[in-house]
Amino acid sequence: MKHTPLHDVHVELGARMAPFGGYDMPIQYEGIIAEHNSTRSSVTMFDTCHMGRFVWHGPSAADDLSRLLTQDAHALEEGRCRYGFILREDGGILDDQILYRLGLSEFMLVVNAGTRQKDFEWLVARKSGATIVRDITESLAKLDIQGPSSPAIMAGFLDRDVSAMRYFRFGRFEWEGVPAIVSRSGYTGEDGFELYLPSEKIVPAWRRFLDLGVKPAGLGARDTLRLEAGLPLYGHELSEEVSPVEAGMERYLRRNGLYIGAEAVRNKMETGVKTRLAGFKIAGRQSARNGNTAFSGDRNIGTVTSGSFGPTLGYAIGFAYMETEFLRSPGKFEIDVGRRRIDAEIAQPQFYRRSRNEAGNT
Amino acid sequence: MKPETLRYTKEHEWIGQDGAIWVVGITDYAQKQLGDITYVELPKPGKSFNAGESLAVIESVKVAGDIYAPAGGTVAESNAAVEKSPEIVNQDPYGRGWICKLSGVVSTELDKLMTADQYAVFTSGGRK
Repeated sequence: MKHTPLHDVHVELGARMAPFGGYDMPIQYEGIIAEHNSTRSSVTMFDTCHMGRFVWHGPSAADDLSRLLTQDAHALEEGRCRYGFILREDGGILDDQILYRLGLSEFMLVVNAGTRQKDFEWLVARKSGATIVRDITESLAKLDIQGPSSPAIMAGFLDRDVSAMRYFRFGRFEWEGVPAIVSRSGYTGEDGFELYLPSEKIVPAWRRFLDLGVKPAGLGARDTLRLEAGLPLYGHELSEEVSPVEAGMERYLRRNGLYIGAEAVRNKMETGVKTRLAGFKIAGRQSARNGNTAFSGDRNIGTVTSGSFGPTLGYAIGFAYMETEFLRSPGKFEIDVGRRRIDAEIAQPQFYRRSRNEAGNT
Repeated sequence: MKPETLRYTKEHEWIGQDGAIWVVGITDYAQKQLGDITYVELPKPGKSFNAGESLAVIESVKVAGDIYAPAGGTVAESNAAVEKSPEIVNQDPYGRGWICKLSGVVSTELDKLMTADQYAVFTSGGRK
């Protein structure tokens, strides 16, 4: 099992650890709901060093990335980052990722932990000879600072006001003599930042954030936060078995342009798909879980991919792949959670929406 | 209830006598393992259970599980407070976080269960 550079810090803090994506990761410190609520009401930090980071160099890097990813790397301006996918020829999702444009011919691609090796091999085998790709996951650490108080915390940390930075933009700063990349982004549905620092500086940075009053939060809260915000998780909502069309993520696909999988997803958009990802809510606190079956009467109409009690909402929510037929006029349905069925109904998956009066957000 | 006076199962339930009635709950060890409890499905009063049968369902943010009857009996009362505020089970598992009360428990059935000392040994390393 791999360790992030912050592993010993988590153990020292008494975190409950568990395997995730090949790493021994903190699931919770004081408790999932307390950490979830702190993220919604003030600010928390997450060790996200487990996520993969690849840097791309070379005059053909933008060409290669525009062919290998669903984003248009040429159109991405320096100082911006954008969400997209790595697809197979048949449209199956190899991974979801965020691409940062660091310079004219320099990019950083951030991928999931469990898919990092697979992604790297896939991309390297298909890049052009002139493009250099390096896996810098071990040398460049990552920390997410999330919550409504995160702009003030980042200002305190960097000694620079970053509140004017807009969402999916990033800046380059210096912290204690080393370069730092800070993007306004995250995976919680809150305002927040993702910080990249050389690995040898991540423990002092973590301690500095603790001094600034930031509480640590684990992967348990990260999961309930992203679920309330309607954000998919690779391995649950996204996999090689589905394309972005089944996943309802067409808005992240380029209309034009040739990238691997483009033809397959355009065909699917034209002909339609049999199942689609949908959000659901449950009238009570009982949760449906990954793998539970959805029923309309005796008819199997779908499969749950994620489900949890929503701490901010006070009721249980989730994602499920549902028959497109059923979604045309969605009514109430039932989910078999084991010994019984519980009542559910289709809902917009963005169950939680933060108030957006902060200056930096659009 | 005083933890040292209770009897314990390998599935981390406790049972203790309160006059003619027996109170059932989950242990402090169990609530810590579960993490934040978000849902409890209580048994209906009047329903009878054999020892080892599923008495109630308990869920935390991460997992769902059963609470098994530590001994046979009939449900005299269920704790409606934990249905409304499941976090009580985390806060006070031997007190306000009790699950249900059973009548008609045959006290010799409890001889098979662990004492507090035995349970402490069990949770400190006897577990697989």
